[in-house]
Amino acid sequence: MTYHHFVIPFNIGVAVLFAIILVKFTIWIVKLEPVDKKLIRKNFFSIKTLEAVKESFMEGLLHRKIFMVNPVLGYMHMSLAFGWFLLIVFGNFQAQFYTRTVIHPPHYPIFFNFFVTSPDEYLFKASFEFLMDLLLLFILTGLMIAITKRFYSRIVGLKKTTRLKFFDRLALGSLWLIFPLRLFAESFTSGIHHNGNFLTGTLGDAFAKFLPVEQLALPAWWGYSIALGAFFIALPYSRYMHIPAEILLIFLRSFGVRTRRNYSSYSDIEVRSCSRCGICIDACQINKSLGMNTIQSVYFLRSIRENNVDDEKLFTCMLCGRCENVCPVGIQLSDLRVTQRTKNGVRNTSSYDFLNPPPYKIADVVYFAGCMTHLTPAIKKSMLKIFDIAGVNYYFMDSDKEACCGRPLILSGHYENAAKLIDYNKKLIKKSKAKVLVTSCPICYKTFKEDYRLDIHVMHHTEYILKLVEVGILLLEKGDSRVVYHDPCELGRGLGIYEEPRILLEKVSRLLPSDDEKENALCCGGSLAGFNLSSAQKNAIRDDALASLMKSNPDKLITSCPLCKKTFSRGTKVQVQDIAELIASSAYVPEKKKISLKPEAEPVPVLS
Amino acid sequence: MTKKVVIIGGGIAGMEAASTLSRMNIDVLLIEKKQQLGGHVGEWDHLFPNFRNAREITRSLLYDLQDKHIKICTSTEITGISKKSGKFEVRTTQQQTFKADSILLSTGFDLFDARKKEEYGYGIYENVITSVDLEQKLKESNVLTMASGVIPKRIAMIHCVGSRDEKSGYFHCSKVCCITAVKQAIEVKQKLPHAEIFCFYMDLRMYGKKFEELYREAQEKWGIQFVRGRLSEAAENMDGSLQIKSEDTLSGRPLKMNVDLMVLMIGMVPSESTTFLGKMLGIHFSEDGFINHDDIHLENNLTNVPGIFTAGTVTSPMTITDTIADARSAALKIATYIS
Ligand SMILES: Cc1cc2nc3c(=O)[nH]c(=O)nc-3n(C[C@H](O)[C@H](O)[C@H](O)COP(=O)(O)OP(=O)(O)OC[C@H]3O[C@@H](n4cnc5c(N)ncnc54)[C@H](O)[C@@H]3O)c2cc1C
Ligand code: SF4
Ligand code: SF4
Ligand code: SF4
Repeated sequence: MTYHHFVIPFNIGVAVLFAIILVKFTIWIVKLEPVDKKLIRKNFFSIKTLEAVKESFMEGLLHRKIFMVNPVLGYMHMSLAFGWFLLIVFGNFQAQFYTRTVIHPPHYPIFFNFFVTSPDEYLFKASFEFLMDLLLLFILTGLMIAITKRFYSRIVGLKKTTRLKFFDRLALGSLWLIFPLRLFAESFTSGIHHNGNFLTGTLGDAFAKFLPVEQLALPAWWGYSIALGAFFIALPYSRYMHIPAEILLIFLRSFGVRTRRNYSSYSDIEVRSCSRCGICIDACQINKSLGMNTIQSVYFLRSIRENNVDDEKLFTCMLCGRCENVCPVGIQLSDLRVTQRTKNGVRNTSSYDFLNPPPYKIADVVYFAGCMTHLTPAIKKSMLKIFDIAGVNYYFMDSDKEACCGRPLILSGHYENAAKLIDYNKKLIKKSKAKVLVTSCPICYKTFKEDYRLDIHVMHHTEYILKLVEVGILLLEKGDSRVVYHDPCELGRGLGIYEEPRILLEKVSRLLPSDDEKENALCCGGSLAGFNLSSAQKNAIRDDALASLMKSNPDKLITSCPLCKKTFSRGTKVQVQDIAELIASSAYVPEKKKISLKPEAEPVPVLS
Repeated sequence: MTKKVVIIGGGIAGMEAASTLSRMNIDVLLIEKKQQLGGHVGEWDHLFPNFRNAREITRSLLYDLQDKHIKICTSTEITGISKKSGKFEVRTTQQQTFKADSILLSTGFDLFDARKKEEYGYGIYENVITSVDLEQKLKESNVLTMASGVIPKRIAMIHCVGSRDEKSGYFHCSKVCCITAVKQAIEVKQKLPHAEIFCFYMDLRMYGKKFEELYREAQEKWGIQFVRGRLSEAAENMDGSLQIKSEDTLSGRPLKMNVDLMVLMIGMVPSESTTFLGKMLGIHFSEDGFINHDDIHLENNLTNVPGIFTAGTVTSPMTITDTIADARSAALKIATYIS
């Protein structure tokens, strides 16, 4: 026997699920930007597809990243996803071994224990039976955690990540029922036939003692099939849509598709891929230091899905990137926020006519201090000193602070205006014929790298100074001050520069470790992006970050961003310096060289 | 048995309170952490609003301290204070212990650290000084020069540095710096008649007796120019002069100007030492960081701890006139309390 009427709900469910997902995926892909489609065509037949398969497996099924952040949560996700996946795969093998054919109706392996009750032997019979029971147990333990978590958080009154809607409820309810019903159905059936393995067999025999298992078995199989069917039909309209969406996301991402300036079809896929795991809430300092939990990424993404993005969610966030760093799905949370700012921001229409190009200079290196560095002149002065000691032929492009790099405008969602400034600066950079652009501000740096499309080297001064030291143009003296280093959000998480400052600091001081380093560094609170935060709130965030940095009682707090420096120095008595200041005070000129340091000295070889 | 009061802080507030109490036959112990009495006033040269020599004030107050009821401990700091059945026990760095019926806090204010306002370049650019540096220069020398020794032609006085500034963390107005700027501008002009002097202000607080008159004199007689606008930043030119940027908020235009010397009118901020003592004693502070009064109108020498009183700038910025009045009133309140 390979068919019974009770399989109808399951089959309908599977058919509907595949049809809807197919339609959704098609719409998403068709709506992608032309550049993105090009990327897909280019990379489809390449190693990237294989990598995506691997990643889907690691993240979609094993949930490796969630596991690393929170093992219990990871186990829960893994047992449900991976356990179920294995149940299907091995169920199919079992059916194939039994029937010795490859093809059979899709429901056959799912309801195998209903159809096959005879004691006929087939290859690996005992192993299959044991494995299938084990997998069922594995899934059921995960389910227990899921149910406990839901009720526990309700009992302790925690704010939940989700407001459940009809389809969510349907999907959740049926998901909870699927595996217990399978357990009962299989146990009842094995209670009748006295087969089954350690779980279903034992339970079946026990049930048979006091329950009319003959009457109960069929309704249980019906229930199991209906629960499956209901889950599949509800899935595309429920939060569980994140599962297929994430798989698609993984493939597109590995082909190089990204959310760029504007909200695209890919952004939509990202928004739907959020699993509501809530990990982003814990990472956010606005939650930790201010106890405010309404704006974090999980809520923000929900507001995009429900079309009710508000100013609070958009403009309170500091775009520090801490949530993005831990998001197991790898959603571009900061970029998504910026796209929404662009969409919802108030138009600011300045023509920037007032900009008149300053006289430029032909040089090897262009130095762009940045507006923030002009407000922390010690950094600027130190950089100029370093250039002079190293004898670099440089052009101080914004010495008069003419045009800003454009980033603050981008962060507030005014991309068109930023474009005018970008255009202006680009012309100056071109005219200087320099091969390297050095900036002191990570905020500018990111925009030079990502928005300017310059064909010269763009470097933050930490990288540039290290280069100067490595090629031997800049000599440093080791001091004995004990320093702790703060990774600025934009330089660290934003651009992955963690090692250069540390190598430099090791050379001139005694670098102490701190609790929240590198990817996990805290935001100083001074972010330009947190428009809605009051100064009291920013100070609270700053003070918590300082408390963490000051644990080792350093002599100095070193950072590499003018904004971090400014923010921190107002909150502590400990001296706060930019790395350039410490380097400038540790640099020395060898006796011989001093003589050749006249203005007309030979230009030093360009670093690139 | 005579009652005894310990006064912590020998600035003008502590000095005036001590002599007032002694005249009421109350024993006083005046503790000062520095070598000399007088507090900040000891550092000033000539005073607003009438250019009186500051030494006259400290000398006169010192004279009044010569009384058998007064004992003075200088170079002494407090290490601990405890309260047992209404009496205080004060321990000092000199390993002494004193008993007291009441304590007067007259620990004064701290000066805002201008380096925290890095965009103005104090400590980075050699021609940026503070009002306190200027006061020293006026006291010590007859000429005022740039770091290079050259006579400055253009000088900018910047108001509200570290006051009324959310970003620096201080919202309050320091009250004395507007009029100090006017006073110092006139003094500089007297020394350097050819210099141009600009005061950059947000509002001018000319509330005291003779303040407005002095302000008018500065404009009419001395040609000092007042520009309404907050300075955004300063940059150093090659020759050490400074380029300053501000917005002229009266004309609504951004303003750039080169000056040879920049004077930062630094504000008065809550003193660290007061915060330390206050925490030890369980005293309440208001949001601005100064000691709080529960009744701001009628009981402005009382703290929330019975027996502990305040005098002078521990509670808010004050001029000398107001500090002296506050100290006398504190003495009266203490005398009533202990009898
Ligand atoms: C730049 C500037 C110029 C000014 N010019 C004038 C002017 O021309 N005319 C005018 O009327 N006013 C002027 N003032 C205001 C004047 O300085 C104050 O009114 C006066 O100093 C207040 O005196 P005080 O005793 O309250 O505080 P302070 O002068 O601060 O004295 C406090 C004293 O307590 C001591 N102390 C602190 N902590 C402890 C401790 N824990 N233990 C022991 N001792 C301690 C300190 O060492 C200090 O001696 C000026 C203020 C500034 C900032
Ligand atoms: S945004 Fe990422 S971290 Fe936050 S709930 Fe969604 S999947 Fe989890
Ligand atoms: S970017 Fe930073 S501030 Fe914004 S939600 Fe994420 S963690 Fe919070
Ligand atoms: S007195 Fe004048 S300069 Fe001083 S804080 Fe008040 S307004 Fe500013």
